[in-house]
Amino acid sequence: MTTDVRTPNRPSAAGSSTVARAAQERYKVIDSDLHPSARSLEDLKPFLSKRWWDHLQTYGYRSRQGLYQGQVYPKAAPFAHRRDAIPPEGGFGGSNLEFMRSQYLDACNIEVAIMSPLNFTGQGDDNHELSAALARAINEWQVECWTRLEPRLRASIVVPYEDTALSVEEIERWAEHPHFAQILLLTRTSEPLGRRRFWPIYEAAQKHGLPVGIHVFGASGHPTSPAGWPSYYMEDMTSHAAACQGMLASFALEGVFERFPGLKIINIEGGFAWLPAFEWRLDKHWERMRGEVPHLKRPPSEYLREGLRISTQPFEEPENPKHLIDIFEWIGYDRLLFATDYPHWDFDDPATTLPRQIGPERMQQILSGNARKLYRLG
Amino acid sequence: MTGAGTSVDCDVHAQVPNIGALLPYFDDYWREMIEVRGIEGFELVNYPPSSPLTCRPDWRGEDGTNGGDAAMAARHVLDERGVDIAIVNCLYGVQAIHDDYMAAAFAKAINDWLADKWLAQEPRFRASIVVPAQNPALAVAEIERRAGDPRFVQVLLLASGDLPLGRNVYWPIFEAAERHGLPIGIHAGSAYRNALTCNGWPSYHVEAYVDLTHALQGQVASLVTHGVFKKFPALKVVLVESGVSWLPAFLWRLSKFWHGVRIEAPWIDRPPAEIVREHFRLTLQPFDAPPSASIVQKVVEHVGSEDILLYASDYPHWHFDGDQTLPDGISELLRKKIYSANPLSTYRKIGEMS
Repeated sequence: MTTDVRTPNRPSAAGSSTVARAAQERYKVIDSDLHPSARSLEDLKPFLSKRWWDHLQTYGYRSRQGLYQGQVYPKAAPFAHRRDAIPPEGGFGGSNLEFMRSQYLDACNIEVAIMSPLNFTGQGDDNHELSAALARAINEWQVECWTRLEPRLRASIVVPYEDTALSVEEIERWAEHPHFAQILLLTRTSEPLGRRRFWPIYEAAQKHGLPVGIHVFGASGHPTSPAGWPSYYMEDMTSHAAACQGMLASFALEGVFERFPGLKIINIEGGFAWLPAFEWRLDKHWERMRGEVPHLKRPPSEYLREGLRISTQPFEEPENPKHLIDIFEWIGYDRLLFATDYPHWDFDDPATTLPRQIGPERMQQILSGNARKLYRLG
Repeated sequence: MTGAGTSVDCDVHAQVPNIGALLPYFDDYWREMIEVRGIEGFELVNYPPSSPLTCRPDWRGEDGTNGGDAAMAARHVLDERGVDIAIVNCLYGVQAIHDDYMAAAFAKAINDWLADKWLAQEPRFRASIVVPAQNPALAVAEIERRAGDPRFVQVLLLASGDLPLGRNVYWPIFEAAERHGLPIGIHAGSAYRNALTCNGWPSYHVEAYVDLTHALQGQVASLVTHGVFKKFPALKVVLVESGVSWLPAFLWRLSKFWHGVRIEAPWIDRPPAEIVREHFRLTLQPFDAPPSASIVQKVVEHVGSEDILLYASDYPHWHFDGDQTLPDGISELLRKKIYSANPLSTYRKIGEMS
């Protein structure tokens, strides 16, 4: 059975029409979510000390899920990849630069792609020192194995976010390196990301003018839904939107943007259609209980209006495509960043995903204009 | 006044004034335990008694309760609004208690107190059966005890309990509810078994309240993916005090992932959005949208069904001022459905009685 999510009115990349292809050539694309992968842990060995290499060989990773090997919600395809994104030699999609160039960078007209490494990164591991060693290794690996070899790629500063001091150290190590475009966190943290313990990360981000990208997934130790642990992968996938909402409510209500007015955060791979209703709810109930959060000087959505950008993937598919336009209008076209999520199964093709009726100017804004400004790509 | 036939307020709250009010409804053992152990009562932390959320200022009762007694509530939700019937949901901390048997004793006491002090005092009131969901067998026993009373029209559950409600440990509750023609009302709130967000515990009361939609979303996903409506095709579920406007984007997302990964749950043979529109209902208030008629109109259009919204004041919770319970932007035709046709087709026991 196919894992293709597309409805008949959304042709897939493989079958896209000449019209779509022609349209694609008109637009440059800045992808705010590309997933490169090491072929195996061996690839990181040059960037790890003997102490941590030996540790990993003996004890491995220990994130907050019950399995040493495997996923508690097995994916519907190996590694959640597009089946055609597995490189010719096998292994992980996104692990072969040459193949990535032909299948993705060239084919999708990518001007710049922001890499969000997820494999082997150790983010959220309960051993924070291991998490820090892996973050450093992944960051070096991004430069040595990717950005040095391919000018269209940009790196993310992966940080061991459960330990703030170690995270700031890692940010300081790379912040002025021109290949790094953002700091990378995951949504499923052990505490809501707006809490004070994380503020030094935002202080460093603001100081260096680096946006903070927050990608879905991670293992917080808490049930992925507050209704309790779901049983199925589709519930787990659906629940990412709630994780994003909880994270953003925390950012807004703790006053993070009041304290760091220059901070920009990016919600990555959580979809976007839920944002307006969430912001309405946030404002409505803040209005009633604002006495509890006197540190906020404005309605919480106003802080998010300025400080939050949101990536478009996995793209929303309302039954009536007109409803998408309402959502765009409510969010604001200047806050949306196009993302492909290559090489994952729910990949969005820049040539066919956005609705044409928003017009060429807004197409270009979402496909690259907003990202160019945010990541300062000149 | 509503111009819609028999109109129903589907969410009105009764507050237990104090533990003393419940004492007559316990057996000797539990009465003794309450006294010996110094149990003062159980109120959910989701609704701190003095929070502006919990009670509109002009709805505080003279007896110190939020919303007052049955007579006061009837005046505000029925007489002043021209509404004919109201469903009383008692949010008490029954679901948060870890001792199943104590929870069952409290659920029984609450239901008997409701029958005595609310339903017997005001014939226009109906109530939801409070159950100890911690223990489905005890919950079913409480449903059986009350289901024959035509004034009890729904089974009340909390949005966040021990496990997601789709899990088949809960199916005996749905079996009993379906057999008796009782919808399942899932009310916003948490027993605090699970963190209020998957990223842990929020710092503020307002944040916790905003985050309550996550559990409701999780329950919709759970009930659909576990195939509860394949097993119980006549079952209706009412999301109470949900905020409503999150529903469309949530359904798009759930349907998209179902489409993509439906190999793992092949018993779901149509898009989840269709299943939800057939089996779920949502009470209005709060309605999380700005005071803009055009936005409200669009949100209602995105919801995609005129049959699923139910009128509710959420009395005495403070979501709106003045007398206008429904937001602007709802057509006259839909207004009538929300007040009457939709509640009556959801709560069939109401129609059968009147």
